[in-house]
Amino acid sequence: MAEPVVQPKRKATAPKRGTVSTGWWRPYLMLSPAIVLLLAFTIYPMLAAGYMSFFKINLATKQQMVFNGIANYKDLLASPAFHTVMKNTVLFAFGTVPFSLGLAMFLAIQLNKQFKLSGIFRTLFFYPTVIPMMSAATIWLFMYTPQYGIINRFLGFFGIPDINFLGSSTWALPAIMMMTVWKDAGYFMLFYLAGLQNLPTELYEAAELDGANGWVQFRRLTFPLLMPTTLFVSTVSLINSFKTVDQLFLMTGGGPNNATNLLLFNLWELAFSFHDKGMAATLTVVLVVILLILAIIQNQWVDKKIHYN
Amino acid sequence: MQQRRNSASVPVLIILGLMAAAWVIPLLWTFATSLRPSDQSVAVGSWLTTDMTLANFQRALDYAPFGQYLINTVIIVVGILVMQLITATLAGYVFARMNFPGRDLIFLLFLLQLMVPAEALVVPNYTTIRLLKLVDNPLAIMLPYVASAFGTFLIRQTFRQVPKELEEASVIDGCSTMQTLWHVFIPLARPTLVAFGLVSVSYHWNNFFWPMIVTNDPARRPLTVGLALFAKAVEAGADWSLVTAGTVIVILPLLAVFLIFQRQFISSFMQSGIK
Repeated sequence: MAEPVVQPKRKATAPKRGTVSTGWWRPYLMLSPAIVLLLAFTIYPMLAAGYMSFFKINLATKQQMVFNGIANYKDLLASPAFHTVMKNTVLFAFGTVPFSLGLAMFLAIQLNKQFKLSGIFRTLFFYPTVIPMMSAATIWLFMYTPQYGIINRFLGFFGIPDINFLGSSTWALPAIMMMTVWKDAGYFMLFYLAGLQNLPTELYEAAELDGANGWVQFRRLTFPLLMPTTLFVSTVSLINSFKTVDQLFLMTGGGPNNATNLLLFNLWELAFSFHDKGMAATLTVVLVVILLILAIIQNQWVDKKIHYN
Repeated sequence: MQQRRNSASVPVLIILGLMAAAWVIPLLWTFATSLRPSDQSVAVGSWLTTDMTLANFQRALDYAPFGQYLINTVIIVVGILVMQLITATLAGYVFARMNFPGRDLIFLLFLLQLMVPAEALVVPNYTTIRLLKLVDNPLAIMLPYVASAFGTFLIRQTFRQVPKELEEASVIDGCSTMQTLWHVFIPLARPTLVAFGLVSVSYHWNNFFWPMIVTNDPARRPLTVGLALFAKAVEAGADWSLVTAGTVIVILPLLAVFLIFQRQFISSFMQSGIK
């Protein structure tokens, strides 16, 4: 499942008047459980990763911790493995985000209408959201199997020879993308359904009086009016694609030949497979910076343009 | 927006139908395979045979302790939710109603957690968990998620709409802050708390990456991690009836709950994702 997202409506603003505050320590006491945990599991790890990224620490080679300046960053940026991983991640993002969003928008516009089957359709497109990514992965592992998998049988029906999707460096990444779109499109559909609920009816009535048909209405009204939703959902799904990792463990293990090795999987490999703590810390910093930039874009740029409620 | 037209056109219906088939066939095929005798698991031809069997489920349960995985998942999910509700309600109340020095800085701290997901910080957090000697302890899986900025903001947003008069009345009646919170705010915020609860439970029920990192002992694994290792082990022998049976064991309860509380699910996801 995609991680739940919240979009803070307003930045920190002081309340109009303090109310029942007796004792200056009370707010701090009430916040303390959350603050302790945030410091321990959000702030400290960011600082620790930042610090460790300047050292060479490889547990596999029993190497002592040696100050390394910015050499880790230089090595990372120069390493072909990092280039492959970044390329894969960007490809994955651009291969999934537009498809998920396009499908989600299409489905929402169609299923926003009430007709006999619309409720069932909504259920059918949404159910992958509620099952774990890992079970979606087991299902699709089976789907992609050579010879026995339903996809190869379907292709065989048209005389297309067997493809080992997950074992081919050409097909593995697109195969992972396809199952990800299948898993996420229904979730993004909800955002669009919510967006559609807020569109002004009068505009459509006016358009109908002017004789604007479905396609013109979509191009001139629905699509532009849904732009805020599209921008918001784009950043959500972009962030999700930089966090994609679960299905890789089961379906490809990052292979073949690193063809499906994405950022977070590579981070896991560096830390827990190669035990290169220094490099893992460096990659953590890079990932955090990327996610922060995306989140800031979401908060600053997108926030201003969205007016739900 | 009102419903503009009451039905989709025929070509659109055909496209929707084909897409719906693509969405549901993986599930149906998984169910069908899990019910077929294992020697026919990959048989060409009809999906459903006359000799359907539950034997694969028995084999899956014998092969891996799914019952134990389920208990572990429930403990983790409930533990996280309870602790999240406590910390987020307290913090949400403070941010909704109190003013104090350092407020903006602390708010920024919460915002930062929203922007940097726990997945990105698994490496340093694993070091912390090992230092605390919590590997294989359910707390290890829970701790990084207990303080929820997402829940705090959601609850704060709701608490701000509670009329000041109600709060003042409760204070005049001699209620302490905690009593006011319990008797006035929490009952009024119930729909928000339920929505947050549903989203939190489905997120953590499905979470895989971090739980996998902090569990080594098979008996401590949650369902997702158990399923992954089970499927990996079984896949080598291409025993698809077993893989699909394991998958069905994991998703059937989820799908059942989803179908029963579908409206609540969809509205919770909508509310928490957008507001």
